[in-house]
Amino acid sequence: MRVYLDNNATTLVDPHVFAEMEPYFVQKYGNPNSLHSFASETHPGLKDAMEKIYAGIHAPKEDSVVITSCATESNNWVFKSIYFEYILTGRKNHIIVSEVEHPSVIATAKFIESMGCKVTYLPINHEGLVDPQTVRDSITSKTALVSVMWANNETGAIFPVEEIGAICAEHNVLFHTDAVQAIGKIPVDVQSFNVDYLTFSAHKFHGPKGVGGLYMKRGRELSPLLHGGSQMGGYRSGTLNVPGIVGMGKAMEQAIDALDFEMTEVREMRDAFEDELLKIPDTFVVTPREKRTPNTILISFRGIEGESMLWDLNRAGIGASTGSACASEDLESNPVMEAIGADADLAHTAVRFSLSRYTTQEELDYTIEVVKKAVERLRGISSSYAYAPEGHKSGLDTHH
Amino acid sequence: MGMDSLIGGTIWDEYSQKVTDLMNNPQNMGEITKEQAAEMGAELIVADFGAESCGDAVRLYWAVDPKTDIIKEAKFKSFGCGTAIASSDTMVELCRGKTVDEAVKITNIDVEKAMRDTPDVPAVPPQKMHCSVMAYDVIKKAAAQYKGVDIESFEEEIIVCECARVSLSTLKEVIRLNDLTTIEQITDYTKAGAFCKSCIKPGGHEAKDIYLVDLLAEYEKEKLARTAAPGANVSFAEMTVVQRLKAVERIIDENIRQMLVMDGGDMEILDIKENGAHFDIYIRYLGACSGCASSSTGTLFAIENILKEKLDENIRVLPI
Repeated sequence: MRVYLDNNATTLVDPHVFAEMEPYFVQKYGNPNSLHSFASETHPGLKDAMEKIYAGIHAPKEDSVVITSCATESNNWVFKSIYFEYILTGRKNHIIVSEVEHPSVIATAKFIESMGCKVTYLPINHEGLVDPQTVRDSITSKTALVSVMWANNETGAIFPVEEIGAICAEHNVLFHTDAVQAIGKIPVDVQSFNVDYLTFSAHKFHGPKGVGGLYMKRGRELSPLLHGGSQMGGYRSGTLNVPGIVGMGKAMEQAIDALDFEMTEVREMRDAFEDELLKIPDTFVVTPREKRTPNTILISFRGIEGESMLWDLNRAGIGASTGSACASEDLESNPVMEAIGADADLAHTAVRFSLSRYTTQEELDYTIEVVKKAVERLRGISSSYAYAPEGHKSGLDTHH
Repeated sequence: MGMDSLIGGTIWDEYSQKVTDLMNNPQNMGEITKEQAAEMGAELIVADFGAESCGDAVRLYWAVDPKTDIIKEAKFKSFGCGTAIASSDTMVELCRGKTVDEAVKITNIDVEKAMRDTPDVPAVPPQKMHCSVMAYDVIKKAAAQYKGVDIESFEEEIIVCECARVSLSTLKEVIRLNDLTTIEQITDYTKAGAFCKSCIKPGGHEAKDIYLVDLLAEYEKEKLARTAAPGANVSFAEMTVVQRLKAVERIIDENIRQMLVMDGGDMEILDIKENGAHFDIYIRYLGACSGCASSSTGTLFAIENILKEKLDENIRVLPI
C-alpha cells in the first residue's frame, strides 16, 4: 500500500483539473497575446479561470490578482519591489516577518537585510503562534512592510492575520500574507480584513506545479520584478502559462467547493488519526488542533530521530515529512521546533503528517499500524531508551 | 555545479546497499549489562557521545578483558538517522576483537569505507559524512574511560575538518604550498569542507575553534606582511613613521641615488614631518652634491617629482 501524507509539500492534481487543462497543450496552444484565432480561442478559458481565482479569494475586480510561476516568485516580488521602492529610496528602512516563514520569505528578507534593510523576525510562542502584540511593538515610523504567513507549513498553526492586518492599517504599514497553506483548508477572503498582498500556489490545492499568484489591493500595485512583453497588465511579463492558469482556476473552484468537506470530514479524520498517534507513549503534538489547519499534524516521537522515522514509513510505502536534522542538506533541526522552544531533546524528532481530501480512513488505519511498529523498532535501537549500568552518568556531550 | 546538482536527489538514493541493509537490520545493536560483562570476565565500559538535542547520539558498550585489553564484545544504541545507525553498527563490528589501543585508531573514514559496496563509490552522500563522525568520537570516549585518561590524549593533532579528518597542520601546509585563496580550492586539495560544511565558517551545523576562512585570512595576512614593501599596499599617509622612512629610502635607492653617486655625490634623509596637508622631507646632500647648483633646482625637482609620483602628491623635499 502506498499512502501519501505529505500534502503540505505538494498535492496530486485533481483529475477534473487535469481534464480542464488538457486541451490547452495540443489543441488550443496559441499565445494569448497574438492576433489570430489561435490566440483568441484561449481567451474564454483564461477569463473563466481568472474569474474562479478572483472568486476563490473573494477579490474585487478592481484589485489585481497577478499570475506568477509559484509562491516563491510571488514572495520574492513583494519583498524586492518593496525594497526598491521604499528601502533603497530611503523612505523607509525596516520590515517585519515572523521567524517561521517559508524559506522563500526568510531567505528573501535576509537578502534585503544584506542590502541594508533592517529586519525584525517575530518570535512564535509555545503554541507555535505569532502574538499580534509583537507586531505592534515592532512597528516603527520607518516600517515599510509586515509579512506574516496565514498558516504555517510545518505545524498548520493559523496565525492571527486579521488582527495583524488591523494593526498594520492603524500604522499605515503594508501587510503581506503568504496564504499558500490556507487556500482550500480554511476560508480566505481578502475583503474580510486588511491585507495588501497575498501569495498562493496552485500545487498546494490540487492544481498543477509551476503556477501561483499574488493578490495586490488597488492602489498598492507593485512595480514588476519581471520586465518584458507587458503581459499581466505589465505587472508580470512572460508568455501566459495558459494550461497552468486554466488548471489553477479549476483547482481553486474545486478547493472552494471542497472547503466544507476539508473543515469537517478531513478534520475529523485528522483528529481521530492524531488521537491514535497520541496513544503511543512519549508523543507530543505542536499547536492545539483547533488552532491548526484541518489537515496537519506535527508530532514528536521521543527518542526517534525524524529521518529514521521517515525511513521506516517510506519502507512501508508511506510518504510524510520532517524539516529536521539529517533530512535536510544543512543538518539543522526543525526551525519551528526550535522557535516554539520545545524541549531540546525533541528538536530532531518531529514528523509531519499532512492529509488531503483524497486521504482515506483505510490509509490512516494502515499508517497507524506502521507507525506503531516503527516506534517499537526505532526505540529499540535508540540510545534514549537504552540500558545504563547503575551510577552511569550519561555524560552526553553537546558536541555541536 | 552543473547538471547533477541542479535538480538534486534524495539523499537516500546515494546510500550504499550496506548502509540501507544495516539501517533496516542493524547487526550489533543492543546492550551489554554489568552481569553479562562479568560472566565474560570482562569490564563493562559504557560511553555516550552526542546528544538528542544535536540530532544524533550514540551509546557504546564494550566488554573489555582487563588482562589483554581485548574488546570481547561490543554493542551500540543510537539516536539518529540511517547513516548514524549504520555507522554505529559498522564501528562496533570493527571494534570487536581488537585491543583498546587498536580500536582507538579506527576513524570515521574507516567506518565509511567499510560500508561501501564498491571501493570507489562513497557509502553515503557528502552531507551525511558528518553522521559517521560520532562513531569515531565514541570509541575515543570509551577508550579514555577504560584507561582512565582524558579523551584529549588520543588526539595527536588538531583536526579542523572532522568529516574528512583533515588536520590543522595539513591544511596550513597545503594552503601555503599551493598558494590557495578560496574555500573551493581547499576542498579540492584536501576534501576539508566537502561534507557537513561546519568547518568552513562560523554559523554552520557545529561550532568550531578553527574555521577554514580563518586559515585563509591568516595566510592572506602573512602574504601581505611579506609583500608589504612600503607603499605597495598602504598609502603613504597611512604608513607609520618607520614605514614612511623606509618607503622614501627605497624610492631614492631605486631611482635617484645611483644618479647622484655617478656624479660623485650622495644624499641622506634627515627627517619626515607632516606639515598641514604636506609631507616635508628634509634631506642633506653629501659629497659633490653639496653646493652643486642643480641641487636646489633640477636635481631637487627630480627627487621631489619621483617621490610625489611614487608615494604621495603632497610630498615636498627640503634640502638643508
